[in-house]
Amino acid sequence: MDTILFLAQTEEDGTLGKPALEALGAAVELNQALSGTLVAALYGAKVQPAADAIANCGASRFLAVAGEDFASARYATDAAACEALLRAAQATLVITAATSRSSRVMAGVTHRVGGCVDTHVSAIAADSGSVTLTRWFYRQRIEASLTRTQRPWVLLLDPGAHAAWQGQGASGPITPELITVPVTESMKRTAVRGTITPPADQQTIRPDAKLLFVAGAGWTKKQKDGQTHVPEAEALIVDFLHKSKASLGSSKSLVELTGENQSALRFMSHLNQVGQTGATPRHPKGLSTCCHGEEPHTVGWRFIGERRAINLDPNCGWARGKADVLYVADAFEVMSKVNALLGS
Amino acid sequence: MPNPYHVVVCASVVPDPLQTLEPVTGPSGPALKNEMMLPAILDPWASHALYEGANLVKHIAGSKLWLMSMAPKAKLQQVMMTVAQKVPLQLVAVDGPSSGFADAHQTAHALAAAIRAIAGIDLSRLLLFGGWESASRSAGVTLQLIGEELGIVDQFQGVDAITPQEDGSFEVLERVEGARHQVSLCAGPPAVLGWATGNLGEPRNDPQVGMANMRTIMPALQRATAASISSDGLQYSNVATPKQQRQTRIVKDLPAEDIAREIVQWIKQE
Repeated sequence: MDTILFLAQTEEDGTLGKPALEALGAAVELNQALSGTLVAALYGAKVQPAADAIANCGASRFLAVAGEDFASARYATDAAACEALLRAAQATLVITAATSRSSRVMAGVTHRVGGCVDTHVSAIAADSGSVTLTRWFYRQRIEASLTRTQRPWVLLLDPGAHAAWQGQGASGPITPELITVPVTESMKRTAVRGTITPPADQQTIRPDAKLLFVAGAGWTKKQKDGQTHVPEAEALIVDFLHKSKASLGSSKSLVELTGENQSALRFMSHLNQVGQTGATPRHPKGLSTCCHGEEPHTVGWRFIGERRAINLDPNCGWARGKADVLYVADAFEVMSKVNALLGS
Repeated sequence: MPNPYHVVVCASVVPDPLQTLEPVTGPSGPALKNEMMLPAILDPWASHALYEGANLVKHIAGSKLWLMSMAPKAKLQQVMMTVAQKVPLQLVAVDGPSSGFADAHQTAHALAAAIRAIAGIDLSRLLLFGGWESASRSAGVTLQLIGEELGIVDQFQGVDAITPQEDGSFEVLERVEGARHQVSLCAGPPAVLGWATGNLGEPRNDPQVGMANMRTIMPALQRATAASISSDGLQYSNVATPKQQRQTRIVKDLPAEDIAREIVQWIKQE
């Protein structure tokens, strides 16, 4: 019988983030399908609020590694905590969310426990006691299902790939079994100093937005009057993001213009980049503007539901089956009208 | 200034992103149709790691840079014709599969062995660079596994910057959720850094650098050790390219106002 371990780091306040609850939803579902044993394991500075919140998830054991040494997302201490939790749970299958923190360590942890790992899992299925996962290869261009015989098998579930666990917390407090993990000086060679966050008015990446708005390099090119209009482009895009609450994406060429100090959009960085060497965000809708829709960019649109594009070229990549609707039009004109309508 | 670094950049060879990929079933599992014929490039994120590594080595006297790649030799030779013109490097070639379907654990084991075998490398000075994910397997696990095999417990992923400090330590910026960067200070090498895009553009081709590199690249290719990667315990099913073709409605000659109205209506639809 399989022992399924749900493994998660806690947030600063000791609770679980949405990706962790999605992983818990998948773990609970898999446990039911396999008639296995579910174990929940948490690590972080504080774990009690998270343990209380998921007390009714059906886990037979609750394990935890807690303390200030485990507050920061540091490889050495996170890997030690996860290794200890895997060993204590004697898990055969481990499900965790593919957050930046867990993605940094879980492969290393599986090496320590002699297991195997698969990341960016988009679906997990169990049939007749056999577990099969689905993930993408070649940057979302080929999808495959696979199974492994080696155990423990660690699966990192991509955020947004499964419904979050919706259960209620316990009526009373639950006490997790605390696992002691010695932290040596050599594990503290790295000190996490904090995070750099863009100012609120420059925060353009919004993973929970319903719309992805992609700006391409065309915004910085010469327009009908033979001149560039970068300040106007900036104003239009910022106004649209403010009114629509969309998340801002970019083509590679546009962010590289920014890096080369050419006339470009000041708020754009590599973090906005979507595609082959950028992000593959998940949004129900996407609107592309002044971007040709070539394959290296559109592979980043794999998880965008409805797609529309505005481009002056009727033969651009979007016209070749990559968008649902292509508006052959001047994005400056259209977006200024869109902003006016959204503001009215 | 800090002590010198021994930078090893692990980079795979991947199909040119403009190529159409079609999966087929080969004798050892899934593969790409005409895989050996497809034009290939050095993995894009790993290329950023190479440029950042070369920049670091250029500015810190006594540092060295190796580019390590596992791929079929013929494919690697083709890719190196371009890569060699970018930055000064020493190639360490491992003759093995570059397929995205090859098992990462065995790949990492072979690469770790090859790193240990590099003549003159000081593993206590090692900065192991690579892309935080490849454009083939896209898993982001190989570097971690190599790091563990080499006993390196200071690891960073999604790196956009490394800044050496006077005392030999270095600051690292890693991408984390919410478009933020986590800032860490590491006491020094050895460390693993899986790069995102970094901050450097692609260097221009320099034929002189290319000629100098090719003097060592061809012997390195001839010396390439063969790595056998099996798929024990790993079984694929339903390997397919999902149908992505949409029935695009192309809207021409519609006034901007009407287009805007249609877009706003679409945005507001639940």
